[in-house]
Amino acid sequence: MLRFAVRRILLLVPVLFGLSVLLFLWLRALPGDPARALLGEKATPEAIARINAQYGFDQPILQQYLTYVGQLVRGDFGSSPRTGEPVVETFLLRFPATIELALAALLFAVVIGIPLGYLAAKRAGGMIDTLTVSASLAGVVVPVFVLAYLLKVVFAVGLPGWEWLAVLPSSGRQSVTIDATHVTNFYVLDGLLTGELDAAWDAILHLILPAIALGSIPLAIIVRMTRASVLDVLHEDYVRTARAKGLPSGLVSRRHVLRNALLPVTTTIGLQTGALLAGAVLTESVFAINGIGSYLFEAISNLDFAVLQGFIVFIALVYALVNLVVDLLYGLIDPRLRTR
Amino acid sequence: MSADEPHRSRTDDQWGDDDLPVIPDIAVATSVGLIERPPLLAEAMGDDGVHEEGTSLWKGAFQRLVRNPSAIIGAVIVAGFVLIAVFAPVLAPYEPAGSQWISQITPSTLPPFSPEHPLGLDPFGSDLLTQLIFGARQSLIIGVVSTVLGLIGGAILGGLAGAFGGWVDVLVMRLVDILLSIPSLLLAVSVAAVMGRQPLAIMVAIAAAQVPIFARLLRGSMLSESRKDYVLASWSLGLRRRTITMGHVLPNSLGPVLVQATLSLATAIIEVAALSYLGLGDPDPAVAEWGRMLVKAQERLQSAPHLTLFPGICIAVTALGFTLLGEALREALDPKSRR
Repeated sequence: MLRFAVRRILLLVPVLFGLSVLLFLWLRALPGDPARALLGEKATPEAIARINAQYGFDQPILQQYLTYVGQLVRGDFGSSPRTGEPVVETFLLRFPATIELALAALLFAVVIGIPLGYLAAKRAGGMIDTLTVSASLAGVVVPVFVLAYLLKVVFAVGLPGWEWLAVLPSSGRQSVTIDATHVTNFYVLDGLLTGELDAAWDAILHLILPAIALGSIPLAIIVRMTRASVLDVLHEDYVRTARAKGLPSGLVSRRHVLRNALLPVTTTIGLQTGALLAGAVLTESVFAINGIGSYLFEAISNLDFAVLQGFIVFIALVYALVNLVVDLLYGLIDPRLRTR
Repeated sequence: MSADEPHRSRTDDQWGDDDLPVIPDIAVATSVGLIERPPLLAEAMGDDGVHEEGTSLWKGAFQRLVRNPSAIIGAVIVAGFVLIAVFAPVLAPYEPAGSQWISQITPSTLPPFSPEHPLGLDPFGSDLLTQLIFGARQSLIIGVVSTVLGLIGGAILGGLAGAFGGWVDVLVMRLVDILLSIPSLLLAVSVAAVMGRQPLAIMVAIAAAQVPIFARLLRGSMLSESRKDYVLASWSLGLRRRTITMGHVLPNSLGPVLVQATLSLATAIIEVAALSYLGLGDPDPAVAEWGRMLVKAQERLQSAPHLTLFPGICIAVTALGFTLLGEALREALDPKSRR
């Protein structure tokens, strides 16, 4: 198992190295002279030369690349020219909000998706199956931010004549009236840690709509994956054997069908991290949640390239790490994979 | 997954002269089109030469397709969408983005639906129905151009990896891995942001996000195809690598790519909306584009929810059409359902 883990971690290195090269080239491909972009059109040649020397733009390209990688390795993702704040600091400050939202969305997707997919597969071709498959199609084709807005209008703002449905908060992570102590910046966790249960409850209420909006696509994908996977496993010989030797059907479902069917679903859930982080950009801005998604949204609106680049390296790293964890989990669940 | 399996390249020395039968098996030779089938054998084997077998796969797929209700629904939606897009100037009651009725718009109210404007006006004083119809055209152009660009890029990368194997394969697939490690929307965002606000930027951005998907798919499907018996037969008959790759492996590997292209059209239409929402779309706010219309409608979400609903439905229905068609196509081309 340890060898398997080490191998997986070592495989990450070339990917991250390649990513750094790609991003560096991309950075160089930016139209225009970086010094001129910083100083404006009326800069004197001396000032440009000074900036070039200061930022190392006059160095050979290989050396510039090495400097850039050196910064990345030290955790320096650059700073935003607009606000002057280091990108990493802002990320860390805002990341808890996004993690909280993404976890809530994933929880929603998994808790609803796996049982629904399982039920649909068990009664394939039936009413539940047809409804589930159609609904999951709908979940994929509706743009995330449209769903977010519709949820917000119906359940938070209120449509004329349907105001009674609007019971949930429309924006932010917590009501301003609640004076909560924040230890970890995970608001729900903070509320539980400090014993301020009303604060935790308020934070949960604020999470419901964004989590449903963000979780809709992973939900649809998990449902379909579970359904397909359970259908596959149901036709396996060992399931028939288990039934034939007289095991109770509940035991067959749990131990033979579900356990084997959930293997591909685990991978799918890991692969959803990217979709969740990208979707967070859209969802957070709709619900005014102060996470990294809305940070990126601001960066895009202001064409703040430093933040954008830092964000992409950061997301790729998170994505790679999550998939590493999924791979390791997979090895834990399925011993056959460790030997490969 | 076959795409992840290590590639075993077939070099010519592996299939050296020693293994070659002096006279190729005549039945095999005729079925790969190496020599013409003698009349007697043709009678015995039936007349299913390679050419006809090639079409019969697609013919069979087509027959399965027309029997599948969701394929029909998908095809009808797609056909309707394409027709509306192509004949937009004929169908639409007014000129697009005309803003002729801007005087009727106030910051808080829009005029009610009327016979002249069955779906009312948009916040820029243009007819909403007209805008929606012309929006189909915009979506079709962006969807098709970006998918074709992504397909070309992916086909070149995946084709190189699948055809040459070895270090080319390793190099290309590592690049694809790197691109895949960035969520597609963010990849599109970064490309669009670098290219600036120009109409082409959004298409290139979406295409860039599709390239690694197509590359991986084509390479995987070429790999699994190249292990099949008919390829082995072609090698043993001494056909050249180029003939085998271009004439046999590549055409037979295109099925999954075609399916993905159909599904990518759906993704492209949805992602245009997301990029518009992020402010990376066409800079002209009045332009008839569904994503753009959605974004502008949000300011009036409470007073005029239909402004959000109609373009939202258009996007969802169109994406649904392409998704249904793509998945039905996938099922129809699936070897498991070929019997």
